[in-house]
Amino acid sequence: MSTQPSFRQRPWFLLGMRGIFSIPALVLTSAVVGFCGFAYEAGISYGQAVFMMGIIWALPAQFVLIGAILAGASLPAAALAVTLSSMRLMPMVAALVPEIRTKSTPTWVLLVVSHFVAVTSWVFTMERLDRVPREGRVAFFTGFGLTLTTVNIVVVSVSYGVISHLPAMIGGALFFLTPIYFLTSIWASARGLEVYLAMVIGLVLGPAFHMADEELGLLYAGIIGGTLAFFLERLIAARRRAKSAV
Amino acid sequence: MQSDGMMETLWPYLFIAIAGWLATDIWRWLGVLLGNRISEDSVWLIWVRSVATALVAAVVARLILFPTGVLEATPVSLRIAAVATGFVVFLIARQKIFAGILTAEAVLLGGIYLMQI
Repeated sequence: MSTQPSFRQRPWFLLGMRGIFSIPALVLTSAVVGFCGFAYEAGISYGQAVFMMGIIWALPAQFVLIGAILAGASLPAAALAVTLSSMRLMPMVAALVPEIRTKSTPTWVLLVVSHFVAVTSWVFTMERLDRVPREGRVAFFTGFGLTLTTVNIVVVSVSYGVISHLPAMIGGALFFLTPIYFLTSIWASARGLEVYLAMVIGLVLGPAFHMADEELGLLYAGIIGGTLAFFLERLIAARRRAKSAV
Repeated sequence: MQSDGMMETLWPYLFIAIAGWLATDIWRWLGVLLGNRISEDSVWLIWVRSVATALVAAVVARLILFPTGVLEATPVSLRIAAVATGFVVFLIARQKIFAGILTAEAVLLGGIYLMQI
């Protein structure tokens, strides 16, 4: 190839940036407006709310942290609660990395851009990966993640204090966007049977384990449900292979 | 005295950085290190993807069944009905995400209006 990698990568970065004008970005931004209202009511200052949005960049962790602050938790207790809610990011990043890196992608680049991985950017990228050539994927993801993070930091800094005047019903409607969006977009972007299986099993096991253990329930549901979906997929794939062999 | 005031201003930010940022990004970094060891066509990737998906699904179920804030006041049956209707419309409309979202919101808001919550 005569073209420099940087020239080939530039359009993919820009294409990723363009993802800010998409339904996923709109849904996340609505959820961020909801976060603003929560932070304001909880007495989190303007600067702290903006700081949280950018440096944590995971809404569930931000809600958990504010909850811990409200409860007057100590630093280790708050960190423990947040870290339990953020553990789910590890398998998400681990599933994304093999799909976006090339043999020459330096690990430090992946470590830096991993900060942008949250549910929205993960779903968005997984859904569009097959339309992006491998050498452009890190650029595409970074373009989207960086823009989405920056825009939502701006959203917090603009909507903080404003949202408290909105009627409660609108706040509820905004909050409700997130579950239905995650559900439909993961279903639409699934490329393997295991994703459908994991989705259904996770939906059932999630609440069941949540009632058994509020803090770790999510993790149990993920690990046990995901493993179950994995073995089911293996079983079905083996059956299909056996059938086509006959 | 002045350094006390400084500490008081900085402490919440330090608190957020340790209990929020470090507690969260450590998992992202571990994910990179783990993902770097998995090749794209390995069986492990299918397992990791299953676990990640099941986790997100569990989060979704929790948001629907045990929400915080305003939605707490709405009946759980309404929330489930809204999501279920939205999902069915999404499937019928050839997996158009927007159709599913609009339907779910319409059912939720219609329900809230009718029940005068």
